[in-house]
Amino acid sequence: MSQTKKELLVDPLVDNNPITLQVLGLCSALAVTSSLKVALVMTIAVTVVTAFSSMFISILRNQIPGSIRIIVQMVIIASLVILVDQVLKAYAFEISKTLSVFVGLIITNCIVMGRAEAFAMKNPPMASFIDGIGNGLGYGLILMLVGFIRELFGSGSLFGITILETVNNGGWYVPNGMLLLPPSAFFVIGLLIWAFRTWKPEQVEERDFKIQTAEAH
Amino acid sequence: MSEQAPKGFFARFKELPVDSTPKTIFVAVTLCLFCSMIVSVAAVSLRPVQEANKVRDKQVNILQVAGLYEDGVDVAEAFAAFEPRVLELASGDFSADFDATTFDDRAAADDPELSRELVEDPASIGRQANFVTVYLLNDDAGNLDKVILPLHGYGLWSTLYGFIAVEENGNDIYGLQFYSHAETPGLGAEVDNPRWKSLWNGKRLHDDTGTLAITVDKTAPAAGADFHIDALAGATLTSRGVDNLVKFWMGEEGYATFLAKLKEGAV
Repeated sequence: MSQTKKELLVDPLVDNNPITLQVLGLCSALAVTSSLKVALVMTIAVTVVTAFSSMFISILRNQIPGSIRIIVQMVIIASLVILVDQVLKAYAFEISKTLSVFVGLIITNCIVMGRAEAFAMKNPPMASFIDGIGNGLGYGLILMLVGFIRELFGSGSLFGITILETVNNGGWYVPNGMLLLPPSAFFVIGLLIWAFRTWKPEQVEERDFKIQTAEAH
Repeated sequence: MSEQAPKGFFARFKELPVDSTPKTIFVAVTLCLFCSMIVSVAAVSLRPVQEANKVRDKQVNILQVAGLYEDGVDVAEAFAAFEPRVLELASGDFSADFDATTFDDRAAADDPELSRELVEDPASIGRQANFVTVYLLNDDAGNLDKVILPLHGYGLWSTLYGFIAVEENGNDIYGLQFYSHAETPGLGAEVDNPRWKSLWNGKRLHDDTGTLAITVDKTAPAAGADFHIDALAGATLTSRGVDNLVKFWMGEEGYATFLAKLKEGAV
């Protein structure tokens, strides 16, 4: 283990962020970021699932046969997701209504599978747990940033509290309806990735191919 | 001696490599059993809370449409003022064949014995139940004050489920509210906007000749502002859906018979 526990937790926030660097988990990032409250609950749900699934998979890693390892990971992740879904339906009914299918779709969130396969299968339980928390928070950080922009300019509010009084409610602000639609999250995430890579140029990937000049031929 | 055989079997099993077929099957079966147990326990133990949530959600919506909901109000207590009854749409009479507290409207719409296929289907709902649960609200003196009628129909993306509150004269609308839909946020989903919902208050269903005149449209109809709810800006199809479903449910296929009886004071 070369990484300390602190590095495991902090690295995925910016330097190795699952959304901006690894470009994973975009589907749910598009779907649940139109309001901050929903994005926050989704962050908590994904963090819990990633942390615990990584921990359980890591505990079992020496017993999991290679031929069925992906299925085994899926079973553990799916069970945890159903658990989270049931708890939300029981104790956060309003929010589970808005999140609807997206809680179930955490099962297919590449971040969860990615950490299970890339980290938890090779590392001890405690480190895997912290790695899961870190990646969940890294995912959440982007979700909150995107949610902040989309909710503020799309509905004029933050966490449901009105900041910019919209025209529909007799105010002055004409909300940008596009920001409430999923495609806008593509633009916002794209701009965020640009900003992150300008700030940290080492994140920029090498080009797959170069455009050649005419003389080179 | 006889005990040595099973012992040997387990010992041999333990020594097998992780990737061997018996171990693979063992891991798969054990893990599946274990996970399914956890999931079942969670589902069964949390079900009562979840059911209570669903019931409460519906009650809150009925309270809201009747204008009785405030933050922090005791929902179950406030809801006790309502009397649920199962209504037979065709006759406009209450049916005693079902228990109104447990009657499931959506299940009834799928049950061939309790529903019918619609030939003319402006609300795009496919099948309509012959019986629906309505809620009667009495005033302090015990006289009928409002009736809360469920309605649903297709908007742009989704079926909108809601309630309409009608005054005891069977003609004045008190309010309309949708509790479940998936219309476009910011456009069609503005059906939830309190300002738009408040437009419904005080409108009338039928004009003086008894014709159904209520309409959701961009411009006011000839019948006048009493029968007109301004359509949602930027949500033509959702508005049209709401218009269709309100007309359908208030019309002959819907509550017309019941509303007529209400008007005569025969309920």
